[in-house]
Amino acid sequence: MQNRSISRRRRACIGLLRALMLISALVMCALVVFLIGYVLIKGLPNLSWTLLTTKPSFLSDTVGILPDILNTVYVLIASLVIVLPLGVGAAIYLTEYAGSRRIVSVIEYAAETLSGIPSIIYGLVGMVFFCQFFKMKTSLLAGSLTLVIMNLPTIMRTTQESLKTVPQSYREGAFGLGAGKWRVIRTVVLPGCVDGVVTGCILSAGRILGETAALLYTAGFAHALYGFFEGLENAGATLTVALYVYAKEEGRFDVAFAIASILMVLALLINLAAALVGTRCKKRRSV
Amino acid sequence: MKKNQSGRVFEACVHGVFLLLGLITVGCVLLITMYLVISGIPAIRQIGLGSFLLGKVWASTTSEPKFGILPFILTSVYGTAGAIVLGVPVGFFTAVYLAKAAQPKVRAVMEGAVSLLAGIPSVVYGLVGMLILVPGIRRVFHVPDGSSLLAAILVLAVMILPSIVKVSMTALEAVPKEYEDASLALGATPVETWFRVSVPAARSGIAAAVVLGVGRAIGEAMAVMMVSGNVANMPSLFQSVRFLTTAVASEMSYAGVGLQRQALFSIALVLFLFIMLINAALNFFLKRSKEG
Repeated sequence: MQNRSISRRRRACIGLLRALMLISALVMCALVVFLIGYVLIKGLPNLSWTLLTTKPSFLSDTVGILPDILNTVYVLIASLVIVLPLGVGAAIYLTEYAGSRRIVSVIEYAAETLSGIPSIIYGLVGMVFFCQFFKMKTSLLAGSLTLVIMNLPTIMRTTQESLKTVPQSYREGAFGLGAGKWRVIRTVVLPGCVDGVVTGCILSAGRILGETAALLYTAGFAHALYGFFEGLENAGATLTVALYVYAKEEGRFDVAFAIASILMVLALLINLAAALVGTRCKKRRSV
Repeated sequence: MKKNQSGRVFEACVHGVFLLLGLITVGCVLLITMYLVISGIPAIRQIGLGSFLLGKVWASTTSEPKFGILPFILTSVYGTAGAIVLGVPVGFFTAVYLAKAAQPKVRAVMEGAVSLLAGIPSVVYGLVGMLILVPGIRRVFHVPDGSSLLAAILVLAVMILPSIVKVSMTALEAVPKEYEDASLALGATPVETWFRVSVPAARSGIAAAVVLGVGRAIGEAMAVMMVSGNVANMPSLFQSVRFLTTAVASEMSYAGVGLQRQALFSIALVLFLFIMLINAALNFFLKRSKEG
């Protein structure tokens, strides 16, 4: 009935737009399904116990990715441990201490700039600065420190967001009871930023797991087995770097797809975790 | 009294520590900028700005090295433009669909899919591109090698989709409901309302989404490196090409000393300037969309 009052041209236009929207959304869905399906189908059959639990051996001519898995875990832990205090501290400064509007905008602008810089530039600066200037050589630690700079804005922003939700009256109440600034921060503000820290950790973990360009020349691509601290001093490939090397330099697409399927599953898990934390935070906030 | 004094000193120290932490980001930005400028300028001086930026031949390892990065610049520009032309329409219509038309359930599922697409590591895109796009292009267009600008454009177009969808959706959702209600009350159909009222109202945010996509595309290194063949040709759709990012990445592996190493920093500096320009544009649009 409504349609009769609309001219044919308008109806055609509406139909066209509707079709374009549906097609675009379908293309999007198809892409995601295809990517996940393709990687998992080509990758999962190549996952074997030997691949996951050994290191590459020229003698027996087998490929193992255990060193790469461990390296990834080491880099993840080292980066997060270093970036968390820095990012949370910066966020606390911005929301609790910073007096002038100008310094806040300068810091926020710097953070935005950092998050826009491509990872290959981080890789280059990290290589020269950490590996050569600070004489760390090509090592996991140099790679982790490069990732720290990359992820600083993420942690800072998520923490800042969650700090903004701590009601001002809590702080005023604590001050009114005679608490000093540090005590207020420790007892009132810090507990309030747990949500932001968790979200930031998840986002950063995703970024660290997926990073290659910044690590290629800072952390290197060796496949040796080390413990945590020993590993940090030595060069090592993370999963993504190993994927790149196996696919591009060695043509071992079976191994590359096995790693890709692991990365895909990890990406799925991280997404799920982020979604869960997101809904939980929203619930808590609305209560 | 004494305790009060020591307490004040303690508070001042804490303040100082937090100030220091806050200034780390600023320090990092300054450090990176200065480092790139200081180590990038000498090579440009030596080669000459004109012949560096506009030289068409890059041959850093020959006995008579030539350092012209016009092929890299043009490849990056064309590659990004191609990715935008392909990616933005799909991303834009998907964003309108998800923000306005989709059922809540469909929307939730698809939003998850979009963020998953954002979370897939770039090497995985590169790997899939290497095994599907590269042979596919070789077969469909009958070219000797499928590693080409076209493959890179296609990969980049997929990779920028999530940022475009997400940022556009945020902008579309921020459009006041009154605008849409008024439009509907005047007799416009829902589809007309979305495209002729909501989209114009959210145009700054959508522009920001496009700019963000440009930044992503121009900064991407690994995926592009895996599918573009990495030969320093002038850009052409079916030829192996090298981007600014991949030039940095591939020279890094064997840059020794002297001019070659310095030129590497100069390329990074050019890339950095592009990114700063894009950042400035992004900030402009974001600010305007916040004010609008």
